[in-house]
Amino acid sequence: MSTPAFSQSNFNRQLKKYYTFYTGGFIMFLLALAVAEQLGMSRAWIGYWFLFATIGLYAGIGWMTRTTDVAEYYVAGRRVPSFFNGMATGADWMSAASFIGMAGTLFLTGYDGLAWVMGWTGGFCLVALFLAPYLRKFGQFTIPDFLAERYGGGIVRFMGVICAITCSFVYVVAQIYGVGLIVSRMTGLEFGIGVFVGLAGILVCAMLGGMKAVTWTQVAQYIVLIIAYMTPVVWLGLKHTGIPVPQFAYGYTLQKLGDVEKKITADPKEIEVRKIFADRAAAGKAALASPDKAYAEGKANVEKDLAELKTANAPADKIAAAEKAVAAYPVSVNAAKVQWTRETGLAARAAPPRPHAQAFPGKDEAAQATARLNFIGIVFCMMFGTAALPHILMRYYTTPSVQEARTSVFWSLVCIFLLYFTAPCLAVLAKYDMYTNLVGSSFASLPVWASAWAKVDPSLLSIVDINKDGIVQLAEIVIGGDLIVLATPEIAGLPYVVSGLVAAGGLAAALSTADGLLLTIANALAHDFYYKLIDPTATTGRRVFLSKFLLVCAAITAAYVTSLKPGDILFLVGAAFSLGASSFFPCLVMGIFWKRASKWGAIVGMAAGLGICVYYMVTRYPFFGINMPLWFGLSPVSAGMFGLPVSMITIFIVSWLTPEPSKEVQELVEHVRYPNLLGDMVVSEAR
Amino acid sequence: MALTAKHHEYWRKNLVITAILFCVWFVFTFVEIWFARELNSSMTFLGFPLAFYFSAQGSLAVYVALIGIYALLMKKLDKEYGVDEGDLE
Repeated sequence: MSTPAFSQSNFNRQLKKYYTFYTGGFIMFLLALAVAEQLGMSRAWIGYWFLFATIGLYAGIGWMTRTTDVAEYYVAGRRVPSFFNGMATGADWMSAASFIGMAGTLFLTGYDGLAWVMGWTGGFCLVALFLAPYLRKFGQFTIPDFLAERYGGGIVRFMGVICAITCSFVYVVAQIYGVGLIVSRMTGLEFGIGVFVGLAGILVCAMLGGMKAVTWTQVAQYIVLIIAYMTPVVWLGLKHTGIPVPQFAYGYTLQKLGDVEKKITADPKEIEVRKIFADRAAAGKAALASPDKAYAEGKANVEKDLAELKTANAPADKIAAAEKAVAAYPVSVNAAKVQWTRETGLAARAAPPRPHAQAFPGKDEAAQATARLNFIGIVFCMMFGTAALPHILMRYYTTPSVQEARTSVFWSLVCIFLLYFTAPCLAVLAKYDMYTNLVGSSFASLPVWASAWAKVDPSLLSIVDINKDGIVQLAEIVIGGDLIVLATPEIAGLPYVVSGLVAAGGLAAALSTADGLLLTIANALAHDFYYKLIDPTATTGRRVFLSKFLLVCAAITAAYVTSLKPGDILFLVGAAFSLGASSFFPCLVMGIFWKRASKWGAIVGMAAGLGICVYYMVTRYPFFGINMPLWFGLSPVSAGMFGLPVSMITIFIVSWLTPEPSKEVQELVEHVRYPNLLGDMVVSEAR
Repeated sequence: MALTAKHHEYWRKNLVITAILFCVWFVFTFVEIWFARELNSSMTFLGFPLAFYFSAQGSLAVYVALIGIYALLMKKLDKEYGVDEGDLE
């Protein structure tokens, strides 16, 4: 719907100019805040500045790009140059889990965490090879659009809508959770209020201008988040490796880390602490075996201690401590059982640190093979899930041409690569820093950041002197993964501005992903469900209005679900990918590469893939309480590893058993395979 | 429109390119993971154990290169077979 005077090259030039100014402006803003901090601006105010300046900026871009035009609203007018689409996809893709959680997961699990790094990058190869160019040539508005045209009929579209909404909704809840977390940390507001402040930012942008606004905001958000991620790493890298691009040099830090790990494993004080944990775990286990007896004995013991101290006329503080022990003793056997169960959990802390680079640890061959299988399972599901999540695939509808769609996948992965190859580096540097500076230091002189974070949330960091020797042992530290990225600036001793910047980056990551997801949900409802299935005569104005309205509804529902704080975020994210891989990927790819794939093949295949995936998750994931034995020891997060092949085989078999697709459909398949065919409708896309 | 033999040849070549790149992807993903323990103990690269290097950096770089190569090859192929979209500027 461009005006005749519109010129793509002119547009590209202008974009470059705007975003160069914007990046420069953002850096000036950082420097100004850094100076203000030196002049004595308080930490709370720095937090507010980052929060309101960035959200205000995103809202401003949303306002400037507001639109009611259908093509602008759904696919940003199809003129987003590949490089900018790459940045937008990068921001769309990298969620709170990538930005905040990734380095922490790697810190805690070492090599095993790399499954996520590989899974969340390698999937773009599948997008490039099997989907992006063909979907771009098809050129409609949503993913269910493609399924409906290719396989014909409302049922397929309806199933597509259900799948798109399921994966996107599960995923968006995780994002809004991240938004709430960061906003409440940055400003000290309550979690619930934080969720709604962040939500306001999301809404202004996505609602006013749909895909157009979301795209241009996401480009801005990418720039913020990549600057935020790199700054502390460069600093930490200079400190430990001596060069500002530690990504290439941290191999040697990894070796030094290995030496430190060996030293810690053999250190007598460390062994002492680990033994204390092992003993406590064993005691807990023994008590659980005969709870009534253990409860009575334990109670008698603490009471006896108190009585003895009193008769012996012991000092007052000792008596007070003994009284406290009596008062703190569980009131009932059941309360004691909870405590003992917690104590048995300490067995995990009785193990020596696992070498960071070691692949698939396990006590024997079988355990190692299971660890490897689970690694493969995560990589597999994350990759095929990437190539099936509608909010990512939708982005490739927005480029001006098929060729640009291909290069756009390239730029997407370049933008994503920058963060993902930095995360393992950050994990190693932070771990080395902690193992050498914090471990072995004295409790009397803990660094400021350690005591500050321990105060914020004990699940993020707790350091307790278990063996009372006044020295910090590694086994005495409990650290939450989310801490690593958020606290790195403080660990490295950077000014508070950098901490604010990192939080702003995390916020940008969560907001941008949430934007893309909410838009997908709203479009699936307004475009596919309402316009295509219920009222095909609806005017364009009505459709866009409805989509905006539904976006707000979806956002509020998601915020409500988030405020209930549902379980494990990483499981939710993994589940979204597994569901996508089992439902969308097979019928999308077979629809393009196999003309014979028929309507019923797609319907039954999608249902079978989704069915087996959901069945495996529900019957195996502990949350649902059924806990059937695992197949091959594969964890329920990787249910897509069963769902995807089942779906493919089902499509194959059912397609052979049912009539072949009509001539029109076969022509459509041919149409998407060639970037430009004579006889194509003049630039074929629907507008 | 009816497809000519030339069109079919274009599609076949596309499939060949896709298949080869897919195999490269497979090797640098699943074959690498399968032999991770052996790779890790075999040698170090820039100080990294080999499998750690690939999972953290090497394979990722291969993915980027792979997509770039695909875009270039297909651009050339489009032109060669006259199915390119012309100059959009």
